[in-house]
Amino acid sequence: MVELRTSYAQDLRLVSGWTGWAGLLLLGGGLVLLPLVAPRYALYVVTLAAVHAVVAVGLNLLVGYTGQISLGHAGFFAVGAYTHGLLLTRLGWSFLPSLISAAVTSALFGYAVGLPALRLTGPYLAVATLAFGLAVHQVLVNWEALSGGRSGLFLPDVQLVGVSLKDDRALYWTVLAVASLLVWVAVRLVRSYVGRAWVAIRDSDVAAEVSGVNLTRYKTLAFALSALYTGVAGALMGHVVGFLEPQLFTLFESVYFFSMVVVGGLASISGSILGAVVLTLLPQALSGMGEVLNVLYGAAVILVLRFEPGGLAARWLRIQRYWRTWPL
Amino acid sequence: MTLLLQYVANGLAAGSLYALVALGIVLLYRCSRVLNFAHGDLATLGVFFAFSGITRGWPYGLALLGGLAGAAAVSAAFYRLLIKPVRQATALSLVITTLGFALFLSGLMVWAWGTDTKVFPFPLSEVRVFRFGGVVVSELTAGSLAVGLVLVAGLSALVQRTRLGLAMRAVAQNPVAAQLLGVPAGQVLAATWAVAGALGAAAGMLLAPAVLLDPFMMLDPFLKGFAAAVLGGMDSLPGAVAGGLILGVAESVFAGYVSVKYKATLSFVVIVAVLLVRPEGLLGRPFHRRV
Repeated sequence: MVELRTSYAQDLRLVSGWTGWAGLLLLGGGLVLLPLVAPRYALYVVTLAAVHAVVAVGLNLLVGYTGQISLGHAGFFAVGAYTHGLLLTRLGWSFLPSLISAAVTSALFGYAVGLPALRLTGPYLAVATLAFGLAVHQVLVNWEALSGGRSGLFLPDVQLVGVSLKDDRALYWTVLAVASLLVWVAVRLVRSYVGRAWVAIRDSDVAAEVSGVNLTRYKTLAFALSALYTGVAGALMGHVVGFLEPQLFTLFESVYFFSMVVVGGLASISGSILGAVVLTLLPQALSGMGEVLNVLYGAAVILVLRFEPGGLAARWLRIQRYWRTWPL
Repeated sequence: MTLLLQYVANGLAAGSLYALVALGIVLLYRCSRVLNFAHGDLATLGVFFAFSGITRGWPYGLALLGGLAGAAAVSAAFYRLLIKPVRQATALSLVITTLGFALFLSGLMVWAWGTDTKVFPFPLSEVRVFRFGGVVVSELTAGSLAVGLVLVAGLSALVQRTRLGLAMRAVAQNPVAAQLLGVPAGQVLAATWAVAGALGAAAGMLLAPAVLLDPFMMLDPFLKGFAAAVLGGMDSLPGAVAGGLILGVAESVFAGYVSVKYKATLSFVVIVAVLLVRPEGLLGRPFHRRV
């Protein structure tokens, strides 16, 4: 049975039907109650997956929706992480103001990178963003007063509504709350005028401009928001790992983020989350064979592009459609 | 003055390697419009092939040739099996495919040869030196500069003087028209990929004696070569050589007079500046897009 949409309100709905609500409740409830049953290590992995999901969603806004390539997202990840870390340790700020400042700082960096991107396409944009990522990494490695150098920058014990974030469960709930908020914003955003403007730019920037989309505004907005998501994720990552060091933010990190988006599905929010979760759990499940990790990531990316360019999200839709019309 | 000349000499040697890497990247981009992120890893793979040959006791020259042929074969196979099937796809998905392959190859090399560094035997020494006035040039530096120049000349002869080169240029200009005129575009492109792979491997073999061999050896030179290609213009072969040499010299002079630490950062600052002022690169043609 195929559901037909008969009104605009129906089309706007984020969750449709009782199955949709039940699924969402089940998922949300399960995630909130998870720490009560899960062992510490599993909780750590899920927290990590949630952080990666925020990055993947942010990167997808830029790559999947706006069609701009970025190979420098580890740079934004680092900017967010270090802004947060330095505000907490050096200035003694509390968690929320520091997190918001990290978000704003990353967004400013994203805006700055987005400006040259207005004139660059394809390979040139890839080089420029790559250069940004590498430059951030090298500055962190060489400017030890800022980054703490190879010995790292340890995050202090931070309280949030009276609970220490050193506690695994508190950290998990915090990350989950932030991630849910950002995902919800992203879902709303891509269905708004902004999201449609991005898709129009991706499909043909000239046609978009002719139709009245302000290219400067929406391209830089895509970069800034994508950087904001990544920066917030970076700040949370600091709490998950406990300390910051430049080696957390290499070119490989940028490529891993990229793989998550591609494997999950370009231009799909749920796909990005799925991609992030799968590519975070996979290495944990195969922790005995760390060496072939890159082989797996690479193979996953190539196979997805070769056989299912829409990624896991497209495959999921196909499975749904198959069962909906089963046994036809 | 002598010091400056010394920096320039060192820069030219490094730059000739960047130029070789950049040539491979530009060759592919011109012909197939693919930005090959796997170029560096393909090159490293070629060096590892040669290394395995040497450790098995093959004659030295044969091992090097084997390495070059291996890199060429893998590069052509990559094009045939993975790039060509997605050719109708967007520039983005092609870039992602090569990124995926780069990741795959680097993982494979770590798995097969391990991450420990290996000494790549080479007939030229880094310790024996020539002196020109006050400028000191090691045998290895002079050798790699010479080999680099010979390879550049060879490539230019291949592209400008041979039938294959003519076909390459035709496919680069307009693949459909070339096919209509009877140029087997698929084979020509596969050959181009093979040549690019071998060029990269040659650059890797010149580099390996100086920096020790490990699976991530080519990462930095690849990024520099990539930067050089952008600097010179992605569709210009002379541009790639000029870009490589300029970048090498600029880096070396910067490291000598200003800061060694930020040497690598400089090259990327230069690239972004060039892109902003002249997006098509120094010798590239400005691109016009039809809507």
